[in-house]
Amino acid sequence: MEAVSILAQQFNPDEKNNQAAIGAGFAYGLAAIGPGIGIGYVVGKAIEAMARQPEAAGMVRTTMFLGIAFTEALALIGFVVFILLKFA
Amino acid sequence: MSVFALDFPEISHLLVWPDIFPSFNKVALIGVVAVLATVIIFVLANRKDPMKAPTGVRNVAEVSVEFIEGDIVLQTIGRDGLGWTPFLVSIFFFVFFCNITEIIPTAQMPATARMAIPATMALVVWLVYNTVGIKHQGFFSYLKNSCFPPGVPFALYFLVAPIEFVSTFIVRPFSLAIRLFANMLAGHLLLVTFAILTDALITAGTAFLIPIFVLPFFMLVFLTAFEILVSVLQAYIFTILTAVYIGGATHPDH
Repeated sequence: MEAVSILAQQFNPDEKNNQAAIGAGFAYGLAAIGPGIGIGYVVGKAIEAMARQPEAAGMVRTTMFLGIAFTEALALIGFVVFILLKFA
Repeated sequence: MSVFALDFPEISHLLVWPDIFPSFNKVALIGVVAVLATVIIFVLANRKDPMKAPTGVRNVAEVSVEFIEGDIVLQTIGRDGLGWTPFLVSIFFFVFFCNITEIIPTAQMPATARMAIPATMALVVWLVYNTVGIKHQGFFSYLKNSCFPPGVPFALYFLVAPIEFVSTFIVRPFSLAIRLFANMLAGHLLLVTFAILTDALITAGTAFLIPIFVLPFFMLVFLTAFEILVSVLQAYIFTILTAVYIGGATHPDH
């Protein structure tokens, strides 16, 4: 944490911007953890299902994309917060 | 901004374009081109003789309509939803053309990376599925079916009903818009980052920095291919979610 703020200070002498930049970095990093695990689960289970029953692959794929879309939204909200903190 | 003596532009340089004429900039132009391209594809496809084997643009039109009917409408709304195919096809092609400009040289800006287009489209979808729900079920029973899913113990409804209400009427359009917007913006930023890094390394002036440009350059090529996939996938996801919402409004769970 200390090292990050020192490193950020090197590039950006403005104190408020600094804090925002650090917050932005952490916002995205933290927001990516949950959806990362979630998408892993979704796709893993979908592959399992497709391997067991290849006839159902089309249906499973549709549902898998839906699941990915819902899970991914959380990471993307983190990304939007990142943009807002960094540049707004 | 300057990092390690390499110059990087501010984010506003990447997204804010000068007006071509008042209140009409490159993003708006891409939107108009996307609409025209969609119209042209289907007008041209319609002019071909239907008795001959399909060629060229008619193939594109037939494959996409078939795909949206078979893989999206029948899977999510059902047989009585086939009337929604034109609406979903137009959405798919508009979003796809707005996305694909991300990697087309000289355009290189996904129109969907500005919040206005995804937000407007999400608003349209929100209006459509609510209208469909009210038309098919009546106002109060639509509200009841949306907020009170069946098979939940009575006491839990105090918790479930507000959550369902917020998620159906407020979070849905938001997440629909933000998903498309953030995906395309993220892709655009990635491409820009590696393109600028390549350029900055080539023109760095320090001899030992120049050969390193190979690394970001390969990343750029790889990401360009990846963004084609993302463009199609996001158009598909936007369309299928629209279909799912319309399907949910047409056939409530019993």
